[in-house]
Amino acid sequence: MECNAIKEFIESRLAGAEAHVEGDGRHFEAKVICDQFAEKSLIQQHQLVYGVIKEEMANDSIHALSLKTFTQDAWRQANQ
Amino acid sequence: MEILERIQAFVEEVPIVLFMKGDRMFPQCGFSGKSIQILEACGAEYETVNVLSDDQVRQGIKDYSSWPTVPQLYVAGQFVGGSDILTDLYESGDLQSIIDSVKGVEPQ
Repeated sequence: MECNAIKEFIESRLAGAEAHVEGDGRHFEAKVICDQFAEKSLIQQHQLVYGVIKEEMANDSIHALSLKTFTQDAWRQANQ
Repeated sequence: MEILERIQAFVEEVPIVLFMKGDRMFPQCGFSGKSIQILEACGAEYETVNVLSDDQVRQGIKDYSSWPTVPQLYVAGQFVGGSDILTDLYESGDLQSIIDSVKGVEPQ
């Protein structure tokens, strides 16, 4: 699967999300920025992302996806 | 008993359980192997379940936690996380305190 396809899935299915995806075709790393993560535990944040790509994970077109999640503020601070 | 009930009963009975591919001696995937190293580094007393030996468990565990991958760690019946989260919790020291909070582990 292409990184851009995953970026597209996440951004179109998770309202207000911005995704930066890298990977080798089967193992991917994604940084996802979305204010829906505010006040959620780390697991809940990751479940939100996994929830919108459940099909792609189940059929193994995405074999592994490592996630780093940020709110808009956290992303700005991380990139100062 | 239905698979989700079987999983629930098991994770509530065993203090620390890692659902993984393979076992602690022969992890069958890098993420599972990493989780074993982390648990060993924490000195945890834990049991493992090899999801590769039972397809019902392999799919059931993903439905149970609505988490699409293995490994998955459960402590005191609660889903703690997969490989990424375990790594983050280990590096922050939170995993050690979670594990020490479970009976059967003497605080250092």
